[in-house]
Amino acid sequence: MLPDKSFLLKLAQSDPSELSALEREKVAFLNRERLTRPLVMVNSSTSGTVAGAKETWEAIEQYVADRSIEIDLRESGSIGLSSEEPVISVQLPERTRVFFSRVTADKVSSVLDDLFHQVIPDQMLIGQLRREGQVPWNDVSYLDEIPFFALQQRIVMEECGIIDPFSFGEYVARSGYEAFLKIIRSYTFSEVCDLVTRSGLRGRSGGGFPAGKKWKVAFDTPSDQKYLICNAEESDPGAFMDRTLMEGNPFQLLEGISIAAYAIGSNRAYIYIRSEYKDAIRRIDNAIWQLREMGLLGDNILDSGYNLQISLRKGPGAFVCGEETALIASLEGRRGMPCSKPPYPSTAGYLGRPTVVNNVETLSNLPGIIRNGPEWFRGIGLEDCTGTKIFSISGRVRISGLVEVPMGTTFDTIVNDIIGGVNKGRELKALHVGGPLGCMVPVEMMNIPVSFENMKSRDLVLGSGGILVMDDRTCVVNTVRYFMDYVDKQSCGKCIPCREGTRRMAEILGSITRKPADEEQYSTLERFKGVMQLENMAEVMKDTSLCGLGQNAPNPVLSTLKYFRQEYEEHIFDRKCPSNTCTELRSWFIDVDMCTGCSICAKRCPVEAIIGTARHPYFIVQEKCTGCGICYDVCKFTAVYYK
Amino acid sequence: MGIKLEVNGRAIEAVKGETILTALNRNGMHVPTICSMKDFSPSGACRMCVVEVEGRENLVPACSFPIEKPLKLKTHSPRVLRARKTNVELLLSNHPDDCLYCERNGSCELQSLSEDLNIRERRIPGKKSPHKIDKSSPAIVMDLTKCILCGRCVRVCEELMSTSCLDFAHRGNELQISTTLAKPLNFSNCTACGQCLIACPTGALTEHVQFPELETYIHDPGKTVVGQYSPAVAVSVAEQLGYRPGTDLSGIINAVLRRYGFDYVFETAFGAEVMIMEQARIYDERDQESQDYPLITSSCPAWVQFVEQFYPELIPHLSPLKSPQQLTGILVRNWFTRLKELEGKDIVSVVISSCTAAKSEARRMEMTHSGIPVIDLVITTRELARLIRFNGLDLEQLEPEAPDSPFHSAGTAGQLTGVAGGEAEATVRTIYRQMTGKDLAPAKLHRFRIHRSYREMTVKAGNNEIRMGTVSGLSNAVALLEEIRSGKKKLDLLEVMACPDGCTNGGGQPLPVDERIIRTRSKAVYDIDNGGSIHTAHQNPAIRRLYEEFLGEPGGEVPRDLLYTTFTKREVLL
Amino acid sequence: MVTETARIDEILDRFPQIKRNALIPLLQAVQDEFGYISEEAIVRIGAHLSLPTSKVYGLATFYNQFSFSPRGVYHIALCNGSSCHLGGSGELFGELIKLLEIGDGETTRDGLFSLEVQSCIGACGQSPVMAVNGTYFSGITVKELREIIKQYREDASG
Ligand SMILES: Cc1cc2nc3c(=O)[nH]c(=O)nc-3n(C[C@H](O)[C@H](O)[C@H](O)COP(=O)(O)O)c2cc1C
Ligand code: SF4
Ligand code: SF4
Ligand code: FES
Repeated sequence: MLPDKSFLLKLAQSDPSELSALEREKVAFLNRERLTRPLVMVNSSTSGTVAGAKETWEAIEQYVADRSIEIDLRESGSIGLSSEEPVISVQLPERTRVFFSRVTADKVSSVLDDLFHQVIPDQMLIGQLRREGQVPWNDVSYLDEIPFFALQQRIVMEECGIIDPFSFGEYVARSGYEAFLKIIRSYTFSEVCDLVTRSGLRGRSGGGFPAGKKWKVAFDTPSDQKYLICNAEESDPGAFMDRTLMEGNPFQLLEGISIAAYAIGSNRAYIYIRSEYKDAIRRIDNAIWQLREMGLLGDNILDSGYNLQISLRKGPGAFVCGEETALIASLEGRRGMPCSKPPYPSTAGYLGRPTVVNNVETLSNLPGIIRNGPEWFRGIGLEDCTGTKIFSISGRVRISGLVEVPMGTTFDTIVNDIIGGVNKGRELKALHVGGPLGCMVPVEMMNIPVSFENMKSRDLVLGSGGILVMDDRTCVVNTVRYFMDYVDKQSCGKCIPCREGTRRMAEILGSITRKPADEEQYSTLERFKGVMQLENMAEVMKDTSLCGLGQNAPNPVLSTLKYFRQEYEEHIFDRKCPSNTCTELRSWFIDVDMCTGCSICAKRCPVEAIIGTARHPYFIVQEKCTGCGICYDVCKFTAVYYK
Repeated sequence: MGIKLEVNGRAIEAVKGETILTALNRNGMHVPTICSMKDFSPSGACRMCVVEVEGRENLVPACSFPIEKPLKLKTHSPRVLRARKTNVELLLSNHPDDCLYCERNGSCELQSLSEDLNIRERRIPGKKSPHKIDKSSPAIVMDLTKCILCGRCVRVCEELMSTSCLDFAHRGNELQISTTLAKPLNFSNCTACGQCLIACPTGALTEHVQFPELETYIHDPGKTVVGQYSPAVAVSVAEQLGYRPGTDLSGIINAVLRRYGFDYVFETAFGAEVMIMEQARIYDERDQESQDYPLITSSCPAWVQFVEQFYPELIPHLSPLKSPQQLTGILVRNWFTRLKELEGKDIVSVVISSCTAAKSEARRMEMTHSGIPVIDLVITTRELARLIRFNGLDLEQLEPEAPDSPFHSAGTAGQLTGVAGGEAEATVRTIYRQMTGKDLAPAKLHRFRIHRSYREMTVKAGNNEIRMGTVSGLSNAVALLEEIRSGKKKLDLLEVMACPDGCTNGGGQPLPVDERIIRTRSKAVYDIDNGGSIHTAHQNPAIRRLYEEFLGEPGGEVPRDLLYTTFTKREVLL
Repeated sequence: MVTETARIDEILDRFPQIKRNALIPLLQAVQDEFGYISEEAIVRIGAHLSLPTSKVYGLATFYNQFSFSPRGVYHIALCNGSSCHLGGSGELFGELIKLLEIGDGETTRDGLFSLEVQSCIGACGQSPVMAVNGTYFSGITVKELREIIKQYREDASG
C-alpha cells in the first residue's frame, strides 16, 4: 500500500513551516511521532533472524491474536547491537519507544504483558528513544545516555533500527528525499561535484579516495553513457556495516545513489550486492519499486528532464569482486578478475564507459551532506578526514555490533568505552582492523585517533572498518594464518605474486602453528627456509601485485611481524603457542593421580601415542603425539591436561 | 607527439598513449615478459615486466602502463630485480623439478628466465598443485603441473582460433586451465591445431610424441617403414638443427631418413598434387552459380574438424577429399605395395608433418580404408629434428637425394601447399588448364603471394572468371565466412588454413617462432616453386603415370573409392 | 513432470536479451531452480548467449554460488568468517568432515547432506553460526553439532 504520492512529494520539497496544521498532523503519523495503536518493531535483518527473530515475530502475532489486541507489527533494521538480538522495540500511543534486547520467542509474553500494563520490564531493557512530544517512561534511561550510544555520533545510521525500512512515507517524513529533490531542481551536475568535494567526503571502503574528485573525473570524461555503481559486495568477513545500512535504511542509500548518479551525469546505476544478503535484497527491491511508483526513478523525474534507472545485481560470491575492476568484470558477465589500472574506471569502466564505483556507506552519507550543507559535514571529524565512520566490532568482546563515531575517535574509546572491552577476566591483546587485508593494532597503539592518514603513517590500514577484538586467549599467528588461508582461497589467481605468494605464506604460517609429525632435519630446514622468506615475499607481493587484494594481503603478516615478533619466535623456536590456541602445538600429559587406567584414551588415540596397562596410569609418548587432543575429549576423569 | 622518458638515466622519446614496454622495445631496451603477446591487448597478469616509476608507490607493469606524461623509470634497479626474481621463484615453488625430462628442455621460457635471473636454489619451499596429465588427445598432451597460468593458450585459442576450447576455471590457488566441465581434451572441441602449444612458454602443452614408437618399427626387420614428409617440414626443420631459418633441406631429408632406416621416402607434396587434380575436377563439375558459398578446401585437418563442430552447414561445400598426407598414405597402401609386391600388414606408414592435427586425423574413422588406418604414425617437425640428433646423424656429411619412385615428384605445385595460399594457387593453375586448354604463366598469380591473412584475386580464364581466396587463422576464417554468408563477398574457390600463415606456422613447427621466421619459411617455399620447372600437377610425369596406370580419370571410380571421403557433424561441447 | 529441458527453456525465455552480462543472472536462475548447474544447462546457456561453453564453465567455477553437483536434502552452510573462526568454526568444520565424510562444496553419496563453507553469514555476534536449509544454529559446540546431524539423519530415515 502506497501513501499519497502528491502529498509525499510536496512534503519532500517543502519546509515544515509551510505545511498546514492538518498536514503536519499527517506527518506526525507518518514518522510515528503519533500513533493510533501500539507499535511493535522486530529487527528482522540477518543478525536478528539468526538469533530467532522470526520465532519472536510469530510469538508476538500469536500473543496479540490470543488476546485480540490491535497492534501495528513491523519489521525494522538493526540498531547495531548484533550480539543482543533479537532486538524489539515497543511504542505505545503517546509514549516514547522502548527497546529491548534478547527477546526470544519465550520471552515475548512476559515483555508484552508488562508493557501493556504500562510497566517497563527491567530485564532485557536497553533504553527509550528520545522524541519530542512523547511522554517518557520514568526511570528508563534514554538511548543517548547509555555508553554504547552516548559516545557515538550517528549521522548515517541515525534511523537504522528505528524507521520502517519498507515505508517510503516514513523516510520522507524524516526529511528523506529533500536532498535529491533540491539538487535536481536547483543544482547543475558539476555544482553537486563541487559541493561534495567541499564537504571533504572520502570513500569509506578503505582507500579514502575523495568522492567529489572521482566524480569530477567521470563527469569530465566525454561519453554517450556513464555508470554509477554502488559497491555493496561487502566481501570482508566480519564486516556488516553496509548490510546494516541497507537493511535499516534502504531509501537513504537509494537517495545517495540518485545524488551521485546525477552528479556525474549518469542515467544508469547498479547496485552490486552479495547474493547472500537476502534480507537487504528484499528491502532494496521493495524500495526501488516504491521509488518507481513515486516517479522518483525512471524517465523525466518530476519533469526535471533527468532520467535514472537503478538496478540490483546479485554478486555470485567472490571476495575479489569487491575490488572495483573485478566488480565491473563480473557485471559484464566475466570472471571477476581485476584489470590493471590505469585506465581507471572513472575514465573507462563498465562496458568501457566512465564509471564511478562507490561504497554503500559513502553513498549513504550524501543525503545528509546535501541537506545540511558541506560545512556541517566538515564540522564533524578531523580537518583532513571529515565525517563519521562506522565500525563493525566482533570477536572477544562483551558487545559486538556497529559503532558510528566521528573520524579521529581513538580505538580506545571505541573498544573500551563504547563496546565495554573484552569479556570479564580476560585481557585485551590486539585489534585486527580491516579484515583479511587489514592489520593488527597492538594495545599500545589504541590511542591513535582513527583516520586514513594516521593509520598509513604507522604502516597500518583502516580498511572498510571491521574490527576483530582479540584477547589473551587468541593467538596472533593463528589469526594471521586464518586470514592468509582465506585470502589464498579468494585470490583471483591472475597474477603470480598474489596467487603463489598467498599460498606459500599460508603454508609457512601453517607450518609455524603446527608440530610436524616428525621433526626431521629436512622438514625443519624447509620450515626455516620458508620463515626466512616470509618478509621478502610479503614485500614483493605488496610491490608487484596487480590489485589491492594482492597488495594488501601481506598486511596482517607485516604488521604482526612488526608488533608481535616475540609471539612468532615462540612459535618457531620454542614450538609453543603462548595463548594455547594452536591445537597442534599443544603438548598433552596425563595426570597420574587422576588417571584411573580406563584405557579409553589409548584406544582412541589415532597415532597410538598413549601406552600403559589397564587400571594403572597411562602415559603419552610425546614423540608420537600430534597434539590432536582427542584424549582430552574422551577422558571421563579430566586426567588429561596440556602445557 | 613525443613524450620524454628517462630510462636508467638515459633519455628516450615515447608516443603518447603507447605502453612503456612498446617505448622500451622500440629503443632497444629489454624487460622480461611472460603474459604479454604481440598483437594482443595486454593482460598484465604475470608482473614480470615491472619497472620502477618515480612517484608511484608500487612497481608498474611496463606492458600495460600507458604513457601519458614524462616519466622517470628504472628497469633493472635492485628493487625491480628482487621483485622479478622472487616472482619467478614463486612460480618455481609450484613447478616440478624435472627440466631434464621435459619436452621443452632448452626451449622453455621459464627456464631461460630463471637462468637470466640467476636462480640457483629452491629458496621457497611448498606443496605443488596436483594435476593429472591429460594424454587423451592423439595430438596434444596437457600437463598442468607445468602450467604457469600465463593465459597465452586461452587467448590464442579464443582470439586467434575462435575455438575457445580452453579457459581459466576456478580461482586462487585452484586456478587452472580447463576445457568445459574439465573434459579430457579428446572429448572437447579442441581441433588439435597446436597453436596453443606454440604459445605456451613451458612444457604444459606439448605434442603427443610418437618418435620412440618409430624407433621400434625402424629396428624391426619384419617391417617396411615408409615415410613421407610435408613441404613445410623441409623448409623449417633446419632451424632446430642450428641452420639459418629458411634453409631448404628437402633432398637432405631424403638422405637422412634413408640413413636412419626408412625403407622408402616420399614427399607429401605428391599426395597434394593428386588432391589438386581431383579438386580441379570437382571445381569443374560444381555448378558454382547456384551456390552461396565457394568450394572450400579440406586439406587442413584442423579446419575440417572446426567445420564439423561449428559450421556443419558448410560441410556440403567442403571439397570431399582426404588430406595430402592421407592421399599419399592410401596410394602407398594400394598402389605402391602392388608395384613392389609388398604385404600391406608389413608396411608402417609414417608421416612427418608440420601439423599436430595430422596426429588426430590419422586416428579418425573417416580416414581408414576397409577399417585399417592408412597412417600408422605422425611425427612433427620438432620430433624429426630430435630424431636426427638422437641418432647422431650429421647432415653435413650427406648429399641431397631424390625421393623414391613412383612418387618422385619433380613438380612444385604440391610443394606450394606448404604456405597459406599455395593450395589455391596450385589448384587454379590446373583449373585454368581445364577451362582454357592452356597453361597459366606462374608469375600471373604472384600478386596472390603478399603476406596477409586474407587475400583474394580474380583470374580470367577465357570467358570465365575464377574468384579465388585464401584465409588463414580460424578467427579470420570465421570473419570471412560471415561476409560470404551475408553476401558481401563472393568467391568461387576458398582455401582455408587453420594456422595463421598456414603450414609453415603449423603446431608442430620448431620453436621459437616469430613473424620474421615465418616469412623466411614461406619465402623458402616460394623459392622452390620459382626455381622449379614443372609448375602444375597435370604436367607432372609421376602424376600422369599414376592416373594412367592406376587411378584412371580424375573423379573416376577408383579415385572416388580411395581418395574421397565424407564429413559429418560432430557433437561436442562447443 | 516437467522435463529439465523445459525448465531450462522457461528460464532462458526470461532473459531474451542475448548479452554477455545476462550470463550471471541466468546461471543464478538455473542454480536457484535446480540447486546446481548441469551439463545441459551449460550447453543451452552457451548457445543462448552465443558464448563458448568453456567460458560459461570458466565463469561459473570462479564464483562460490555455483555448484556442479546436486545439493543434498540438507544443505549445511557453515560460517567461517573471522568472528566465527575465533569462535571455533574450524573445529566444527573438522567435525563435519568426519561426520559426513565430505569436504567443502561436496554432497554425501546418499545425497542427504551437502556442505558449504561461507565467508560470513552475517551474524558475527553469535559465533559460530551454521545454517541447515535456512534454519540457523548459533553458538554451537562440537557436541551440539553431532546432535544436530544425528537429528537430521533420524528425520530423514523416520
Ligand atoms: C580486494 C578488495 C576488496 C574490496 N572489497 C570491497 C567491498 O567489499 N566493498 C567496497 O565498498 N569496496 C571494496 N573495495 C574497494 C573498491 O575497489 C573501491 O575502491 C570502492 O568500492 C570505492 O568506493 P569508495 O570510494 O566509496 O570507498 C575492495 C578493494 C579490494 C582491493
Ligand atoms: S592481486 Fe590477486 S586478486 Fe588481484 S589480480 Fe592479482 S591474483 Fe588477482
Ligand atoms: S598451458 Fe601454457 S600457455 Fe596455457 S596458461 Fe599454462 S603456461 Fe600459459
Ligand atoms: S608481461 Fe607485463 S604483466 Fe606479464
